[in-house]
Amino acid sequence: MNHDVYSELESESIEIIREVAATARKPVMLYSIGKDSSVMLRLAQKAFYPAPIPFPLMHIDTGWKFREMIAFRDRTAGQLGFQLITYTNPRGAAEGIGPVSHGSAYHTDVMKTEALKQALDLHGFDFVFGGARRDEEKSRAKERIFSFRAVGHRWDPKSQRPELWNLYNTRINAGETVRVFPLSNWTEGDIWQYIRQENIPIVPLYFAAKRPVVKRNGQWIMVDDHRLPLEPGEQPELRMIRFRTLGCYPLTAGIDSNATTLDQVVTETLGASTSERQGRIIDHDGAGSMERKKQEGYF
Amino acid sequence: MDTLRFITCGSVDDGKSTLIGRLLYETKLIFQDQLEALKQDSQKFGTQGERLDFALLVDGLQAEREQGITIDVAYRFFATPTRRFIVADTPGHEQYTRNMATGASTAQAAILLIDARKGVLPQTKRHSRIVSMLGIRHVALAINKMDLLDWAKNVFEEIELAYRRFAQDLGFETITAIPLSALEGQNVVELSQVEMRWYEGKTLLDWLETVPVEHGEISRPFAMPVQWVNRRNHEFRGFAGRIASGSVKPGDPVCISPSGVRSAVKKIVFYEEPWEVGNAGQSITLLLADDVDVGRGDVIASAAHPIECADQFEADILWMSEHALLPSRPYAALIHNKSATVTVTHIKHQLDIHTGAHLATRTLALNEIGTVTVSFDRPVPFRPYVDNKRLGAFIVIDKLTNDTAGAGLIRFALRRAINVHWQALEVTKPARAMIKHQEARCLWLTGLSGSGKSTIANLLEKRLHAEGKHTYILDGDNVRHGLNRDLGFTEADRVENIRRVAEVAKLMVDAGLIVIVAFISPFRSEREMARNLFDAGEFIEIFVDAPLEECERRDVKGLYAKARRGELINFTGIDSAYEPPLAPEVHLRTVEMSPESCIRAIIRTVQEVVHNSVLYPRRQ
Repeated sequence: MNHDVYSELESESIEIIREVAATARKPVMLYSIGKDSSVMLRLAQKAFYPAPIPFPLMHIDTGWKFREMIAFRDRTAGQLGFQLITYTNPRGAAEGIGPVSHGSAYHTDVMKTEALKQALDLHGFDFVFGGARRDEEKSRAKERIFSFRAVGHRWDPKSQRPELWNLYNTRINAGETVRVFPLSNWTEGDIWQYIRQENIPIVPLYFAAKRPVVKRNGQWIMVDDHRLPLEPGEQPELRMIRFRTLGCYPLTAGIDSNATTLDQVVTETLGASTSERQGRIIDHDGAGSMERKKQEGYF
Repeated sequence: MDTLRFITCGSVDDGKSTLIGRLLYETKLIFQDQLEALKQDSQKFGTQGERLDFALLVDGLQAEREQGITIDVAYRFFATPTRRFIVADTPGHEQYTRNMATGASTAQAAILLIDARKGVLPQTKRHSRIVSMLGIRHVALAINKMDLLDWAKNVFEEIELAYRRFAQDLGFETITAIPLSALEGQNVVELSQVEMRWYEGKTLLDWLETVPVEHGEISRPFAMPVQWVNRRNHEFRGFAGRIASGSVKPGDPVCISPSGVRSAVKKIVFYEEPWEVGNAGQSITLLLADDVDVGRGDVIASAAHPIECADQFEADILWMSEHALLPSRPYAALIHNKSATVTVTHIKHQLDIHTGAHLATRTLALNEIGTVTVSFDRPVPFRPYVDNKRLGAFIVIDKLTNDTAGAGLIRFALRRAINVHWQALEVTKPARAMIKHQEARCLWLTGLSGSGKSTIANLLEKRLHAEGKHTYILDGDNVRHGLNRDLGFTEADRVENIRRVAEVAKLMVDAGLIVIVAFISPFRSEREMARNLFDAGEFIEIFVDAPLEECERRDVKGLYAKARRGELINFTGIDSAYEPPLAPEVHLRTVEMSPESCIRAIIRTVQEVVHNSVLYPRRQ
């Protein structure tokens, strides 16, 4: 096996994951089913091998994930045998909140941010792993690997704890929490090449296939189930598309692609001329929208 | 392909963010949608008129974009066919120096930007010293904004000369001066063909691609701090950690610090296939041949080169908290994977950031650097920072807020802990107490001035004396006038005051006495420090609790009135905080309780504590 190319990134991430296991009272790893989560999961397996992962994984289910994602999640949990917690905001579910009826911003706020805070409070988790990378977005580029959250999960970007060397301050007071990002220094290209090198299973939506789509605002939106209301005259068509990033299904656009193998996906990604977050409608809600969401407790 | 981690630093408005934006742009790391966003942002916030403002690519926080400054370090990623790069763009403002140090601590090289119109500024010097202190040995001096000076060669040469003169004692292996314009893209990626034809050196990107990436750790003897012990089952005990130096193979003899126990490597576990060799920087799990006792924070090292342990060091400290460093205050510390309590016992000097001169000081404030002696509460396996960053760096954490307050770098050990043994005393503390027919105790009364500490202390001593106990009271009257008469009432002096009192109380307890301490002792961390000096059950914290209004009404010594008139400063309750105990053994509300009932409550608790605690476990 090749120890060189990704050894440094891999070793850094494993060190981060182990540090939490060694010092946290009640850690949890957020599992979003996407490619970054798949890499983070493999790194956690490596960190503790041959012991099982000593903390649960948690999926915040907005109710609007692609069906293939949910199937993949349950299959993976069954095969690897980790403890999986799923959580859906009961208020949002009761009120039928969704991206189509309530808009992407409100949906994200209730079904992701609020749901996450509820789930963390419910279980009393103190350290929470997330798969965010610094190359994804500008406010993430500024965030520490161990990102301190005050009581109420608030992030204060203007007074982050200094974080020197690989010495992570894991001391917190009651009610405070820490978000931990083991993939901070990975790029999208690193993720894909590592998936190829390690042969890590990923959701089939990342590979091109003929899928039913409609065009909205110049982007291909997949018609995953009957919940996407079609506009007058709109007719789903079958196109070869794939996803560079996976979120809630009407909020994540696919791209035209013929890449059906991992090699083709990697080649296409490395040559891409747009960023992966272009397919994320959540980021287009206004400048600084990610920073604001993060301050309120979003990952 | 290797990875270079570097920082960009320099003064405000030297164009750091613009330079990184330019590097990303020219290495084609900016995507179309990001370019579109940049065009919009440039119109909205930009400072470059019609042109693209590359700084907006990097300044990611809303406050930064609005104020046009960099507050926190941003990490950016790019690659060329020869190298991957992680660049930490660090803030120039002095108040954000700790964020700059965060970026510099993991960097292997530094680009120091200088505005050609301004030359070497105080902030350039500050950053150079921090870069040097943190062990970065290769610096590019990027003399920027040459376009604003008509590309004048003599300006470039003067600045280079001035900088080399300044930096000669900073220990840089190489300093490479490059004239450039980040805005115009001259000498960044492409050599300037026309405007600066006189320059014959490398472009900045050439320098980044060729500057040596330090791999010094790999050639040194093997050492790995233990981060986590993997106990999958009774048979499997693996020691997980990241290798700090050297390499390791199955069969290698090893020595564990601090225990000194020897064993050999049985197997290197890494996921599904065991490894034949583990190298510096890799996170692995080691199985040893013998069933030895190893825990988090111990260091497994080559048996031929065991890692030394010590508990007192000379160290450099960068202070990063708004609350100044207080000598003798106990702080939490993390050094590699070992947690400990650390106190600064002495500040040798503060470094004048501009001249490099050594200044006398009693404290270090935010962003100040000093050379100090530190004392850990236990032996710590270490290497000097210059030999190994992973084994020589530590962070200092405020025990109350848990904020990271300081960054420390070990220079050398002041004494070898291994040689220090407590003198084996045949006449022991229990023996001394027994002859007095009592058990030694420290009864620590804390509370506001006027809360009733002295009244209770005196009454308590009378009661104990009447019962034939051997006692002593330590209070302001008999300590402030003698032992501590050199101390004032600044925060630092008050901390030292309590430390000395606690140490005296400890000696008296060692002598078998029941010591009653009556001091305001307003800070939790000092009371905690005092508690830690004693064995379990020996230290009884008694909170003498009266509301401030009541104390001020009593004002037996007239001190509150003086403080209100401004004649006394740092007076607890008025302009200095009192941190009430969170879990005192005894809580006396002196408004509601008579002195008699207070005494009864104390004596009752002392008897319970005696009953419930394990008495006299020997300290190490």
